[in-house]
Amino acid sequence: MELWYSLVELLPFEWAQSGQMFFMKNALLAVLVISPLFGLLSTMVVQSRMSFFSDALGHSAFTGVAIGVLCGLQEPLWAAVAFALLFSLLFTWVRRRSDLASDTVIGVFSSTAVALGIFIATLDGGSFTKFNSLLVGDILSVEPRKILLLAAILGVILVLWLCAYNTLLLSALHPALADSRGIRVFWQEAVLNAAIALVVTVSMTWVGLLVINSLLVLPAAGARCVARNTRQYHLFSVLGAVVCGLAGLMTSYYAGASAGASITLYLALFFTVSMILKKH
Amino acid sequence: MSIHDHNSCPGHGCEGLCCLELKDVGVSMGGQELLRSISLHLHCGEIVALIGPNGAGKSTLFKTILGQLPHSGDLQFHRSDGKRSRPIIGYVPQSPAFDRGDPVSVLDFLSAAIADWPVFLPIPGKLRRQVGLCLERTHAQGLLDKRIGALSGGELQRVLMALALEPLPHILILDEPLSGVDVEGERQLLDMLDELRKTYDLSILLSTHDFATLEGYADKVILLKNTVLKQGSPTQVLGSPEFQDVFHLRMGREGL
Repeated sequence: MELWYSLVELLPFEWAQSGQMFFMKNALLAVLVISPLFGLLSTMVVQSRMSFFSDALGHSAFTGVAIGVLCGLQEPLWAAVAFALLFSLLFTWVRRRSDLASDTVIGVFSSTAVALGIFIATLDGGSFTKFNSLLVGDILSVEPRKILLLAAILGVILVLWLCAYNTLLLSALHPALADSRGIRVFWQEAVLNAAIALVVTVSMTWVGLLVINSLLVLPAAGARCVARNTRQYHLFSVLGAVVCGLAGLMTSYYAGASAGASITLYLALFFTVSMILKKH
Repeated sequence: MSIHDHNSCPGHGCEGLCCLELKDVGVSMGGQELLRSISLHLHCGEIVALIGPNGAGKSTLFKTILGQLPHSGDLQFHRSDGKRSRPIIGYVPQSPAFDRGDPVSVLDFLSAAIADWPVFLPIPGKLRRQVGLCLERTHAQGLLDKRIGALSGGELQRVLMALALEPLPHILILDEPLSGVDVEGERQLLDMLDELRKTYDLSILLSTHDFATLEGYADKVILLKNTVLKQGSPTQVLGSPEFQDVFHLRMGREGL
């Protein structure tokens, strides 16, 4: 971290000066880790048409936290991660087994999980307000230890991409064809859904559940408008996410608004510009 | 040796030639019998057309041969040297609908399927040349950098076929390759299939509803309706009472 702080001090911002505003410097580093993470995962969320699934996951992720609190855990985050992984695997399995359309199954899972979360949170006349911070998120509260955790997850996703991107892509493009080439499509879906669950749950505290899905949809949605192949798709998605992440953090600092919301607005702008570029 | 000689000596149909043999194959799902007692031979170098009404089990039979469904009975592949092994099967699905906006080029699509190199990284020249060679087999080398969503039906079929031929299969399965293809495209496709089976000595199994052209290219026709009703040369099957029975209404209407 010391190295990072001395690097930031080279920046010409008032908050970058030596010995102060460590929360902002931490947040800047966190954004530099989170945004490529979301940019990368986003490409597959959009390609696999999983944006509604990630939305549902986001909305039900607090349920895991509520369960964790109920069990009296020191760190309810791990309960949330376990809950989200279970949620995603169960969803993959039920979707495979049933004849219902994907969005119906997602709807069933999402409403059940949200209801369970609210029920547990309000047990014994409890108040829901203690979960409000999760809804909006606060990147300025991120601690160095958590940035390390996020970096580790970025590493996991990178390794997954290096090892399994091709099979994930084929499974998303044409499951029957992938199947005929010996790819076990069910496990590809399960791994991708688990990865989405992990990333959403771990980063919800800082990004905010209400906007987290936009980070999983907008970068790739914008990149798709202009990309002509997989490499451009990834480049634009990751670059768009990083640039919007930085711009959003700066704006939130000077405007005093939520960072998650500012980043999302920049991403929406990125998407709009891509759309217009595509037309011409 | 013609295929009819094979059919006339059951039990010895595969000797000396590479062939896929189905013996009394049955498939049931959810208590429903989709296929029963299917017995047939597919020889290398032969084009076999599978016909039958909708819901006759053509796709189920394909999936069974591809090893994607549990089945009863026996499925054996005999190589020309007399040994048995698992066959390599190339599968060309029925004209899939890719998103028009999919940011995936033909190069990405084929590389992802045939190589381990992750395609979101810059693709090495060697792999690019390898994919180019694959596409040459179906005269599609010009499509390398096109997006798969932007391909025409005929172009997409060439690409899918190039993919099915890598690695070079023993058996090539095509699901309704003639549907949605115009007369010119149909002729090109059939010429290409003929060229492929001669060049690579592979057996080609395709499903079709286009009976008019069968006699021109198919060595053997299999009439399927949950089981094999009739198999033989196109003339034998199309002239059979079983064929008349199964497609009676259709023929009647088309005759008007």
